[in-house]
Amino acid sequence: MEFLRPARWDEALAAKAAHPTAVPLAGGTDVMVELNFDRRRPDHLLDLGRIPELHTWETGPETVRLGACVPYARIIERLPGELPGLALAARTVGSPQIRNRGSVGGNLGAASPAGDAHPALLAAGAEVEVASVRGSRLIPVEEFYTGVKRNALADDELIRAIHIRKATGPQAFSKVGTRNAMVIAVCAFAIALHPRTRTVRTGIGSAAPTPVRARAAEDFLNAALAEGGHWDGGRAVTPSIAGRFAELCAAACDPIDDVRGSTAYRRHAVSVMARRTLGWTWEAFREGGAITGGGAQCA
Amino acid sequence: MRVTFTVNGRRHQADEVWEGESLLYVLRERLGLPGSKNACEQGECGSCTVRLDGVPVCACLVAAGQAEGREVVTVEGLAEYARARSDGAAAGARSERAAGDGTPAQPPVQPPPLAPVQQAFIDAGAIQCGFCTPGLLVAADELLEREPDPSDADIREALSGNLCRCTGYEKILDAVRLAAARGAETRP
Amino acid sequence: MTMDTDRITTSTSTSGRAPARTATELRQGATAKGTIGESTPRPDGTLKATGEFAYSSDLWHEDMLWGFTLRSPHAHAEIRSIDIGEALAMPGVHTVMTYADLPAETHYGLEIRDQPVLAAGRVRYHGEAVAIVAADHPETARRAAARIKVEYAELPLVTDEATATAPGAPVLHPGRADRHAGGVPHPNIVHRQPIRRGDVAAAEARAEVVVRRDYEVGMQDQAFLGPESGLAVPAEDGGVDLYIATQWLHVDRDQLAPVLGLPADKVRLTLSGVGGAFGAREDLSMQAHACLLALRTGRPVKIAYNRYESFFGHVHRHPAKLAYEHGATRDGKLLYVRCRIVLDGGAYASSSPAVVGNAASLSIGPYAVDNVDIEALALYSNNPPCGAMRGFGAVQACFAYEAQMDAVAAELGLDPVEFRQRNAMSQGTVMPTGQRVDSPAPVAELLRRVKERPLPPERPWADAGGSVDVRGLPGGLSNTSHGEGVVRGVGYAVGIKNVGFSEGFDDYSTARVRLEVLGGEPVALVHTAMAEVGQGGVTVHAQIARTELGVTQVVIHPADTRVGSAGSTSASRQTYMTGGAIKHTCEAVREEVFRRGRERFGHRHPGWAGDAGLLLEGGKVVTGAGEVIGDLAEILGGDAIDIEREFRHRPTEPFHPETGQGFGHVQYSFCAHRAVVDVDTELGLVKVVELAAAQDVGKALNPLAVVGQIQGGTTQGLGLAVMEEIQVSGGALVRNPSFTDYLIPTILDTPSIPVDVLELADDHAPYGLRGVGEAPTLSSTPAVVAAIRAATGLRLGRVPVRPEHLTGT
Repeated sequence: MEFLRPARWDEALAAKAAHPTAVPLAGGTDVMVELNFDRRRPDHLLDLGRIPELHTWETGPETVRLGACVPYARIIERLPGELPGLALAARTVGSPQIRNRGSVGGNLGAASPAGDAHPALLAAGAEVEVASVRGSRLIPVEEFYTGVKRNALADDELIRAIHIRKATGPQAFSKVGTRNAMVIAVCAFAIALHPRTRTVRTGIGSAAPTPVRARAAEDFLNAALAEGGHWDGGRAVTPSIAGRFAELCAAACDPIDDVRGSTAYRRHAVSVMARRTLGWTWEAFREGGAITGGGAQCA
Repeated sequence: MRVTFTVNGRRHQADEVWEGESLLYVLRERLGLPGSKNACEQGECGSCTVRLDGVPVCACLVAAGQAEGREVVTVEGLAEYARARSDGAAAGARSERAAGDGTPAQPPVQPPPLAPVQQAFIDAGAIQCGFCTPGLLVAADELLEREPDPSDADIREALSGNLCRCTGYEKILDAVRLAAARGAETRP
Repeated sequence: MTMDTDRITTSTSTSGRAPARTATELRQGATAKGTIGESTPRPDGTLKATGEFAYSSDLWHEDMLWGFTLRSPHAHAEIRSIDIGEALAMPGVHTVMTYADLPAETHYGLEIRDQPVLAAGRVRYHGEAVAIVAADHPETARRAAARIKVEYAELPLVTDEATATAPGAPVLHPGRADRHAGGVPHPNIVHRQPIRRGDVAAAEARAEVVVRRDYEVGMQDQAFLGPESGLAVPAEDGGVDLYIATQWLHVDRDQLAPVLGLPADKVRLTLSGVGGAFGAREDLSMQAHACLLALRTGRPVKIAYNRYESFFGHVHRHPAKLAYEHGATRDGKLLYVRCRIVLDGGAYASSSPAVVGNAASLSIGPYAVDNVDIEALALYSNNPPCGAMRGFGAVQACFAYEAQMDAVAAELGLDPVEFRQRNAMSQGTVMPTGQRVDSPAPVAELLRRVKERPLPPERPWADAGGSVDVRGLPGGLSNTSHGEGVVRGVGYAVGIKNVGFSEGFDDYSTARVRLEVLGGEPVALVHTAMAEVGQGGVTVHAQIARTELGVTQVVIHPADTRVGSAGSTSASRQTYMTGGAIKHTCEAVREEVFRRGRERFGHRHPGWAGDAGLLLEGGKVVTGAGEVIGDLAEILGGDAIDIEREFRHRPTEPFHPETGQGFGHVQYSFCAHRAVVDVDTELGLVKVVELAAAQDVGKALNPLAVVGQIQGGTTQGLGLAVMEEIQVSGGALVRNPSFTDYLIPTILDTPSIPVDVLELADDHAPYGLRGVGEAPTLSSTPAVVAAIRAATGLRLGRVPVRPEHLTGT
């Protein structure tokens, strides 16, 4: 095994081009577990920890360009206004120690369906900026997940940053686990209201082979909200609309039965979270105030 | 490979480190600092919590090579770390001058007294088997550094990455409250 | 800041209550004397707080090799062949051993020696040790183990009672010759204990209310934080020194010596730091493997399991299926109990026979019932081996009988606490085994105390302004509810646990005490083989020596096999047994001081004449009237008094094999809990809001440590109630051997645990004390589940309760 320690981004890309099977190492919170338990023995480890630009972010007019290795703890502290859904999700990641090391880039690299960041990215709208010595490209996050723990990266590519749309309306994130900390999601749900485009987007985690959006549910809800003039009038979402939305979110799931939860429970829990988070965010929208957390104070 | 970094203020070098080794393994098996514990090696228990450039992390999830050139504080150095912090707070600019006058700091002849949080864990009965204690101490000390007067909810959230199987956490909460209360008494 | 949650009631009257201890009291730290009854700090506290305390996994030796174990991927298979050639040829590998390389005895076991040191042609559970490797780096050892080629042929599985006893079922241990073999209905049953008393049929005819239900308890893991580890160092005399984290040094040695082909005196064990135990270190894990590799290579060998391996490296709590039937009169008097408890012991016997004895004899709980028909048994199966875990046998039964008590109370329309109190046992009650309980049994009082505590406030997550702090809600920071679907429930439970080893076992402990004057100050050295596993035995031992010898300086000698056995650190027995041994030995030391004093100085003072009333205090011999008549330094001079003594509790007797009658247990301990929970009834998530305990400890030798034990045990019970289970697949494979998927409570899952301690002396025990460690683990689980039932109206016959159970998914 060889340990590669590029100090600059171009060196990292060159190293990845030279060693396409090299495993990128960011916070180490996934890769090191695999090394410690003898599940992975790559020829090369590619440490990205020394490349400054991966640890910073830039806030533009529409998006935040979040460096791949910005730890969750920074997102919680510094970006809850711009990225409220992601900040809520970040607070449920592992433990304080893990949040000090783990990053959205790492979550995307691992592409586990249970990664906590994914639903929030899907709901907010995001593109993954990936690069190689050949150049760089932006991949819509929906297209980034290609299978269980598989993503759209080519062998020579690394994740540079994630471009996440800044919140223009309330967002929420919920995650079911059987413990109150250090728990992998049994399933998770994110919702983001986008008042400017009059759309609602969703993200579901841990309830299908990849993180997914509940597109039929979004379409139904967007149509129902438009039809009822909800965006203008500030009318409440009726229980029947919320109920149908929740059903369609559950229908978007294709969960497995495993030690963490049953198929039926995951579907059920996604529907409950969909209904509740829609309620919180829509109420927050009607009140016109906070864009975070659907009215809940989390600290 | 060779790895060089600072632990508890002292520079250490380890040779023939296997590239897949964790910072935890290097601390425990190569540097003779077994205070950080190997309870799960998957970031699910916090027993190996150390400060890496000031930030609490699980040493089991840091590759040895990632520690190159960095500053690590382990439980073995916690008392000295806390003492330096409180000296710094009390002396303010004076310690900066002292650090800047080129005189190397003398190593203490006596081991420093325990950090307040260490003494509080002993007094409050927060230690039973003690395997979780080093990680909890590093995490609790960092909390009190950030927030000298934490609420119970703050303590619980800050220590939520540290499993304890013996105490049921009640005495650990007592200990952190006790350390905070003693800190408040000594602050001007 | 106040610490108003714990109460210690020291009077023998049950009505008086001591004031709450405050932070100020705690801040005074070490007490002046450190004698019994004081919250003396741990002697190992500073080392543990500075990281200097040497746990078994911290040990290091020049020239040390690393051992690694190859384990079976199958639950039941024949081993056709093992090829170690490639592994052995790897650079850095020093040896590879299999069954064929064992030098002497090939099996071990706590009571029944049925477990192969390395698999003998057949594996019986997933993770069974097949081969061991010693190499110069752990990674080399792992790589070498991966190159050992084992050819398996899978065999049909035994996974439950039906497959264990079906016609033609594979017999897991053919040719059994153990002492239970003759009494069991099938060779796949390790042990069976019936208990019959009174006339159940007649009672049934009189019963006005009958409740029959089935229950199930999942497989819990001890999940101590310090994985199995140790260092074996070959000695020049051909023997071996083993530095080890264990619960019982001598029984480890007694199993190891035959396996190593060495006389017992050449197998020397020293206790290293132990990172928790809870029963999981009562059986051997890596001890024999490390010693075998060390003796084979002539080099020190360290083995340290990682967390994954640890789940295969020790026994777990027996999962159980329990069928109960309670009959009562309309006015709330229990008439009879019928029950059948089937425990799955897994592949090897471990402590199964004792677990069966506990489950049977404690199966009806702390209640007075004249008519019982009880059967408990443990199976051999291809599931993971199960054995000792805190409260064994009694934990499983308590979940079922307390659920039954609630169910009967509901049928009767009675308050569940009132119904329990009407049937509560007390001093003088006759147990189902015919044993009359001859010390306090304040069951009704414990229930009264938890019930009378003020309830915690409702809706703790909502502030006056209507905003929500999700940290107070089910789901917490996972942000699943802002109050929607959340219902509060309150539940009660009480349990009974035996203390010490039972059923005629020769249960004893040994202490050596040396008293001398060094530098003008008397110093007592206390040497026992007691395994300090975190419980604080070392603290209490020093307190006892100070109390009995009137000294300030007490040195606790490292525990090793150079002194007689202390017995196991289990069964809540060490304060009673090794504490008792130290007290007993100190008394002998004191008598010897008086004898020498009288011999040399008796003529100086008339106070020497009478035996009665002399005391040792601060290095002086003092009369009952407080007059100093001798000086220890003068009496001893440069000599030491060094005495080793054994201490036994009252003898017990085996249970009759058919009727279960017999004086089987030396002491009982009791704890009651009240659980308050908030349940998100839509998502099936539970937040335990408060878990109040009341326990009688006879005498709190160290109140702080006693409360710590009760809170720790309570939390393990909470874990079993709502999250902890080793899940085993249909193929008997362990599905969640990690801290990612075997979840134990974090600080965010654990509520406030106020503790109310009673001290009603047991006159048969040293200082009147009662074993503490296990009882709180019993009643915590059923109290939490009762509270969840109260919130949801669901029956919930299985623990852990999962979200699926609460949502019908």
